[in-house]
Amino acid sequence: MQKEASGKGSGPAPVLTVKNVSYWYGAKRALDDVSFEVYPGKVTALLGPNGAGKTTLFSLITRLFDAPTGRIEICGKAASEWGSRALGPLGVVFQQPTLDLDLTVKQNLRYFASLRGLARKEADERMLRALTALDMEERIHERVRSLNGGHRRRVEIARALLHSPKLLLLDEPTIGLDVPTRSAIVNHVHDLARTGNIGVLWATHLFDEVEPDDDLLVLDRGRIVARGVAKDVVAETGAKDLGGAFKLLIGGAAEEDVAA
Amino acid sequence: MTFTHYGRAFYGIVWREMLRFMQQRERFLAALVRPLIWLIIFAAGFRAALGISIIPPYQTYITYDVYITPGLLAMIQLFQGMQSSLSMVYDREMGSMRVLLTTPLPRWFLLLARLFASVIVSLFQVYAFLIVAQLLGVQLPAWHAIWTTPIPFWPHEFGLVIPPIEYLYVLPALILTGMMFGALGMLLSSTIKQLENFAGIMNFVIFPMFFASSALYPLWKLKEGSIWLYYIAFYNPFTWAVELIRFALYREINWTALAVVAGCLFVFLLLSIWAYDPSRGIQQRKVAAPVTG
Repeated sequence: MQKEASGKGSGPAPVLTVKNVSYWYGAKRALDDVSFEVYPGKVTALLGPNGAGKTTLFSLITRLFDAPTGRIEICGKAASEWGSRALGPLGVVFQQPTLDLDLTVKQNLRYFASLRGLARKEADERMLRALTALDMEERIHERVRSLNGGHRRRVEIARALLHSPKLLLLDEPTIGLDVPTRSAIVNHVHDLARTGNIGVLWATHLFDEVEPDDDLLVLDRGRIVARGVAKDVVAETGAKDLGGAFKLLIGGAAEEDVAA
Repeated sequence: MTFTHYGRAFYGIVWREMLRFMQQRERFLAALVRPLIWLIIFAAGFRAALGISIIPPYQTYITYDVYITPGLLAMIQLFQGMQSSLSMVYDREMGSMRVLLTTPLPRWFLLLARLFASVIVSLFQVYAFLIVAQLLGVQLPAWHAIWTTPIPFWPHEFGLVIPPIEYLYVLPALILTGMMFGALGMLLSSTIKQLENFAGIMNFVIFPMFFASSALYPLWKLKEGSIWLYYIAFYNPFTWAVELIRFALYREINWTALAVVAGCLFVFLLLSIWAYDPSRGIQQRKVAAPVTG
């Protein structure tokens, strides 16, 4: 069963198009004919229990693996044709921390800026802006090792935004963080999408990170079982809230893997 | 992607590697102490026992410490190559490798930049060792005094000296050998799944490569002792890296060594690029091959 709550009309072009993508680990199917789009200015929440295939999907979009079937386009460019150049408009925050612990915040960001081809002066200005927006500017000279989990996550988000991406991928970025930090990051990302016209794909298994107007994809055992605006998906299932809708959509099997 | 983008990314990768190297002072110290122990203790002991007859590129009889110095330079580079491999495994475990691999630059360029960064770090270590070896009195190509003055009541003179031109001649050889060891390290890093397995590399790569080579004894001497060891050393790429450096230190080119080192570099590099390709190699080894359809 795949529920589709509402379609997109003639609006802006998607910043991410995933079309008929499947992936297997040996005989085990991780993704089964997955198709969806992410639009600029919108947060698309990718909700699914552990093992649903979220991280595999992210690995395919970021080209850590190549998709053997289907097509993935970032701002209209497919990696199968453009190679790594297709990753230009992409910013990523991986589930696993990726900062160099022995370098300072500034050194980490400068390294990333150079990989993205930014000049040093421009990079310094941008990093200050990004860190200020996340209340991290005072920690710019601190070693990442000395930062707590929440601050490291903020640095990773600042880094992902340094080159002004058009598409931001966040793979469970709030995992292990306390409620106030989580809430601050959720709000900041939603603000970013609205004000910066960035398309955001946010993988999570926490219902309270999804706002009613967000686009929603529910992934279960490698298949998209529902897609549309979050509040419409909830309404169509007849549930009281997103948690209830989620249970109905995927059955009770993975209930314990998600949290309100 | 513009040429400027490539340039900035290259600079960033080298800068990060240098930064990490400078922050790990123990690493620099270990890189110097290891060959110095060989030079001071091992070579001193064997100096009396082993005479090295006149073999190219030497024009005269040489002492054992002079003979093993090129081997020790190669050893520094081999350790740096393996250190770079360790660093790549560490980056993969810590996740920072993903940052590198998701940049909009081709994988071959990213790997090549990492390789150059590793070579530059190894050159710092090699030249530091050459200076210390010179201070210890190893009769390498002599430094040129451009100004000296006697020191009262002291047998030596105080002065300003510059390195011999041979140090410049050996640079291309060191770049090539450093790249070969770096590419070997990169290839190994694609096969090592966990950081803990690095000790295995020490036992199964570094030591056999170093000992079964012409670093410590000339090939003809190995042939006299054991024909098997001679053949192992003859087909060991480390031997040819040592010989390339040895000849370059005396402004000569050993063409066989050059061909072997360049050939090995090409093969190791090609296999590394293959191993890090997103559609093959490293990523696919972690998972079974996808079944389409």
